[in-house]
Amino acid sequence: MTKKHSYAALATPLLIALTLLFAASPNVRANGVGATDQPPATAAEVKIDNFSFGPQSLTVPVGTTVTWTNRDDIPHTVVSTDGVFKSKVRDTDEKFSYTFSAAGTYSYFCSLHPKMTGKIVVQ
Amino acid sequence: MTNNHQDLIDQKLQDLNNDGIDRRGFLKCMAWAGTGLVWTMSGGIPVSRAFAKNISKHAGGGGDFSFVQISDSHMGFNKPANPDVVATLQAAVNKINALPAPPDFLLHTGDISHLSRPEQFDTVDQVLKSASAKDVFFVPGEHDVLDDNGKSYLARYGKSSQGAGWYSFDHKGVHFIGLVNVMNLKAGGLGSLGGEQLEWMKKDVKHLKHSTPIVVFAHIPLWSVYPEWGWGTDDSAQALACLKKFGSVTVLNGHIHQTMQKVEGNVTFHTAMSTAFPQPQPGKADSPGPMKVPADQLKTLLGITDVNYVQRPHSLAVVDSALG
Repeated sequence: MTKKHSYAALATPLLIALTLLFAASPNVRANGVGATDQPPATAAEVKIDNFSFGPQSLTVPVGTTVTWTNRDDIPHTVVSTDGVFKSKVRDTDEKFSYTFSAAGTYSYFCSLHPKMTGKIVVQ
Repeated sequence: MTNNHQDLIDQKLQDLNNDGIDRRGFLKCMAWAGTGLVWTMSGGIPVSRAFAKNISKHAGGGGDFSFVQISDSHMGFNKPANPDVVATLQAAVNKINALPAPPDFLLHTGDISHLSRPEQFDTVDQVLKSASAKDVFFVPGEHDVLDDNGKSYLARYGKSSQGAGWYSFDHKGVHFIGLVNVMNLKAGGLGSLGGEQLEWMKKDVKHLKHSTPIVVFAHIPLWSVYPEWGWGTDDSAQALACLKKFGSVTVLNGHIHQTMQKVEGNVTFHTAMSTAFPQPQPGKADSPGPMKVPADQLKTLLGITDVNYVQRPHSLAVVDSALG
């Protein structure tokens, strides 16, 4: 009797655990690894006006896609100082996007007009 | 040299020292002869023509010659500041062809194209074919080396150059040095020549006599015009140090789409107008972007630079002429 009882006592929580695990797994796949501790993917924008990046410093959560839009009459580029990302030349109204999947501070500049600098802080 | 002439020289020196270039003064006097250089600036065509005639009249031996600097044709640009850069480049060529003394060759100080596209380079080459001078020497602007690290520029214009496209040549006793300061620019920095090019330059001028007139041409100014807008070159002092021994050094640049000049010891610095669109004076606008002016004023802010070399007494006259 005691033996039987102990089996049942063990089996019930195990079944619950297994059920939970299977039920949870599609969720894990849909939201990506770490779905529970990350907000959903977001987007942010940087405008290029008058030979400057605005905002010059932008703070975004991990997973954010940042899109730069050149609104000058002169082409610019968006180039990471540490070689993480590099746009092709962007003429008037052309865009460049990059998704930041890791936390950190990303400094960048325009390789044509290197006085133009900016940074994205990913948290 | 007459006393009168000396007065004019003194006046010019004063103008230059005051740092405010008095264009009216230049129109009146037109000539400054100091350290073997004759310097001229003028705002309009007739004056430059008159002066160019004057130069050729006083020209001495058979070694005299002239060449023309053009710059910043930005082929492919089509924004309101100038929707037709082909027409203004053609106007520049017409201006060259109307010079009283045909130039021996042309220098193009970069930003030939707006976006480094083959068809943009093709158009410039095509328009320049109608110039009286057939030889054109190029250095790249930052707009000519986009996306491919200058590969297509070098394939087209850099066949007899070294590194990123630098080279030198001699013409009738004058040594010309074409430099590249638009590659590998660093965040927060200015134009850059780089160690390899500076080493090459040192060797290039080593064997030359001190009396050899030197003409250096590069896209971004080799002097600090306005660093806040990136109008300068980080390591230009090292390049100029190689040229200290020479009595006459003329530095010709583009990039800033307006004329500006400075004399420092043996070195005369000069920037040329664009053939495409004007840019604001340093700090006079929110950014150095293309400046939209009334259509009837555009051609007064675009132009060419005619440089006359007179063998005796080793003089170089730099004459800027607006297109209209």
